[in-house]
Amino acid sequence: MRPDLRRMQQWAERRLPALTRYRRAEPLPVELHRRRIYIVPTRFGLGFTVLLMVMLVGALNYSNNAALLLTCLLGAACAASMLVAFRTLDGLELQRIHSGHAVAGQPIEIRFDFAAPSARFALRLDMGESSTSFAVDLAHDSASVTLPLPTVSRGWQALPRVRVWTTWPLGLFRAWSWLHPEQSVLVWPQPEAAGPPPEARADDDQRRRLHQGEDPATLRDYRRGDPIRHVAWKASARHRDLLVKDFEAPASRQDWQLDWHQLGQLEHEHRIARLARWLDEAAAHGRHHSLELPGETIERGSGPVHYMRCMDALAKLP
Amino acid sequence: MKYAATAATPPLGERAFGLLCLTVAVVLALHAPHLPWWLTLSLAPVLGWRWWQRSHRAGHIPAWVKLPLLGVLALAILAEYGNLFGQTPGTALAIGLLVLKTLESERPRDARVGVGFACFVLMAALLFSQSMTSTAVVALGLLPALATLRALEPAQPTQTSLPRTLLPGLGLLAAALPLAMLAFVFVPRLGSPLWGAPNAQQELTGLSDTMSPSGFTQLLIDDSPAMRVSFDGPPPPPDQRYFRAYVMDHYDGTTWQYHDVVNQPPAPLQASRTLRYRISLEPTHQRVLPTLDVPLDAPAGAHLRRDRVVMADKSVNDLLSYSVTSATQYRLQPVLGPHRQRWLQLPADFNPRTLALGRSWRQRYGDDTPAIVRAALTLFHDGGFRYTLAPPPLGRNAMDDFLFDTRQGFCEHYASAFTVLMRAAGIPARVVTGYQGGYWSSAGHYLLVRQSDAHAWSEVWLAGRGWVRVDPTAAVRPQRIDLGAAAAAGNQLPWTESGWLQSLRNHWDIVNHWWNEGVIGFNALRQRGMLTSFGVRRADPTLLAELLAGSCALAGALGLAWALRRKQHADPARAALRGLERYLARQGVVRRLGEGPRHYLSRAARALPGRRAELTGLMDCYLELRYAHDEPPPESLRHFLRAARNFRRVRVVK
Repeated sequence: MRPDLRRMQQWAERRLPALTRYRRAEPLPVELHRRRIYIVPTRFGLGFTVLLMVMLVGALNYSNNAALLLTCLLGAACAASMLVAFRTLDGLELQRIHSGHAVAGQPIEIRFDFAAPSARFALRLDMGESSTSFAVDLAHDSASVTLPLPTVSRGWQALPRVRVWTTWPLGLFRAWSWLHPEQSVLVWPQPEAAGPPPEARADDDQRRRLHQGEDPATLRDYRRGDPIRHVAWKASARHRDLLVKDFEAPASRQDWQLDWHQLGQLEHEHRIARLARWLDEAAAHGRHHSLELPGETIERGSGPVHYMRCMDALAKLP
Repeated sequence: MKYAATAATPPLGERAFGLLCLTVAVVLALHAPHLPWWLTLSLAPVLGWRWWQRSHRAGHIPAWVKLPLLGVLALAILAEYGNLFGQTPGTALAIGLLVLKTLESERPRDARVGVGFACFVLMAALLFSQSMTSTAVVALGLLPALATLRALEPAQPTQTSLPRTLLPGLGLLAAALPLAMLAFVFVPRLGSPLWGAPNAQQELTGLSDTMSPSGFTQLLIDDSPAMRVSFDGPPPPPDQRYFRAYVMDHYDGTTWQYHDVVNQPPAPLQASRTLRYRISLEPTHQRVLPTLDVPLDAPAGAHLRRDRVVMADKSVNDLLSYSVTSATQYRLQPVLGPHRQRWLQLPADFNPRTLALGRSWRQRYGDDTPAIVRAALTLFHDGGFRYTLAPPPLGRNAMDDFLFDTRQGFCEHYASAFTVLMRAAGIPARVVTGYQGGYWSSAGHYLLVRQSDAHAWSEVWLAGRGWVRVDPTAAVRPQRIDLGAAAAAGNQLPWTESGWLQSLRNHWDIVNHWWNEGVIGFNALRQRGMLTSFGVRRADPTLLAELLAGSCALAGALGLAWALRRKQHADPARAALRGLERYLARQGVVRRLGEGPRHYLSRAARALPGRRAELTGLMDCYLELRYAHDEPPPESLRHFLRAARNFRRVRVVK
């Protein structure tokens, strides 16, 4: 939308109480009724009105009563279609909203569950820039619609106003209503792009040492922080870069104990991002992990539910 | 990705496009009767090809196909009519453009524009015929248009059958009908057109102002209605139902012509019996208004010509109703005056034998004019003449050939020959064309006159009596006067013989008559007069507009009431309990305010000890239904309903 139009709309919504009445967030379920359904003719409707006027004047001019009757019939049918458009929205109920999961910056999928006492067709739902169409048919008497919501930062994010509208049946009138559900969605923190693996604790060192001396599985490029004694000097001599003996990581079978307090050197959000990355990696490798956060400790576990619990906890951090 | 599609307009769906093509095809078919055949035959394949092309292989039609087609269309219409505008060429052009519009319909927006245009062109079909049938057919032509608009909407039922696609549009139109009728009645009519009335380029239907052989045959086999006449009082008997249209004075040997002589007062008339009636005349695109016998005066918007022929001020392009008073017993122009020679005129070198016969009669009967008339009628009656609608062709001396040679013909031949004979005998005579007879619809109380009732007869001037009608055809074939032309010719089509079909046809005409009177004939005049029974002398446009607004508001309120009505979610168990309460209240147990079902029903069981067991069972059942489950099982609901019904049926014996 153009900025001046947007400004005008904002002004109108500030000034017109009927339009802004339902701007306040409201609890679910939300049932549409006559005081919150608005109708205006579409551009096609305006054009069709002009056409009807031309037909009317033509029929009157030639005093052709059959043509006049036809024009009246068509005009009345258009007027009736306005009522049908209203009926399409009237009684529609937004029952539930489910949100999916997404990290900040990625769109999050929001599922809206609509129900209606009778079949409704050609309904559309707009949220922000995205839009979709749906129908509530009699066989199911409810419909689920999924729309993506762009996210910016982690934490609770309120749902924006969504517009449900229709131009059914003839596309001459557009009936719409604003829904402002009192519901927020939790956006997970975005993991950092790259960083070190979690530091092993003392007992882990113990265990790692047990594996010392085994044959290296592969050679890999030197990364900062690799112990000097792992450098494969002979291989490196034949190469341009330093190569490091990569032992088959016994640590991969180990539990990770992810601790907020051990990342003291990082700033707040960066800590969360690093923990998020570690959680991702742990989930990707199916590694058991526990998470310790200020004010909350999540015991050792794995699996998607555990992962979601950890991410939720991270997202909710102040 | 469902949601990504809204940014760019989606392409037109195949189903919507198919319906658009159907809409255009219907419009084309409705216009086909008055389009040049080559236009229909070339537009239909274009439409069909486009439909096939888009449904079988996608792809836009390139401009180098579309533009030449457009040019060809314009040139073809220019070549046919010499003009691109005006009613007929304009309609042809609009239909051509509509068909070409499908070539570039790729988006919903195009389809919407196409549908709007199609509605407009549909309405144009009514400029050619306003009959009830065509109006109904055109209104049904709106159905595919509405279905197309519906098909443009997203997320709708996936019905594929065509009737189920068209049906919702019919429902919408039916729901719109009351408002449409209100608007039709109250929309203020224009007193005079804003721009030129439609040009009457159409072929003439009905009588023409000339009478020549073969012109009449077309009419006599045309069964379409010409006019309908309702009389104040009883209708005249069949042999007096002569409706005069043209009075033809001038004969050039082949053709009789009506000569319009302006600025001459109508011939004097002494009437001894008059009849008042109302004629609703189908469009003729001519100015003449047929009237019964001799009219006393002309209706508004028309005037009497010299021969008491009524001419409207402008040609009758729409159905026209007018009231006239006519004389059925009269003396028309008892004194002939200086123009006597006009009615004796005959072309010099035509029909020598006919002229000789006429002169011989004059010599034989002298001044006994009625005897000469009788001689001519006797000749027709006894001379071996035969009435037929398919007479053999006549030569240059047509009357000679007819009278002495072929002796076969219909009213035109007899009237023409009779008039020539009279003139040859020195009796002023003239040919009159018009309608004779008609079908008296006793159910509709009007006389239906068809084009096939067209007739020609003669008028001779007798001294002291004025112009007298003589129908020579009656001398040959009296049935023509009683039964009509087709019956007289004995060549009825088989189906018209069957009685019930004819009765059906005549009853159908009553419906058409009602349509013509109620809808087509509802003009500015009738509209202003329609409120007289409500005490409004003259409904002026302001009042009409107010009434229109008022009735629209009323219809809108009714519609809103429908739209706002919410179906109450009926709770069958509660409804049954209510019924039970009403029944028990009649037995003296009224449920108190705020009394729960358990308390109430056990109180009722105490009050009606004879039915304690039943009431306790009902109570248990209801309580279980209401409180034992989230969703009561349907069988226990059915059980409760049945029990409650049975309880109320049994009479309580106190």
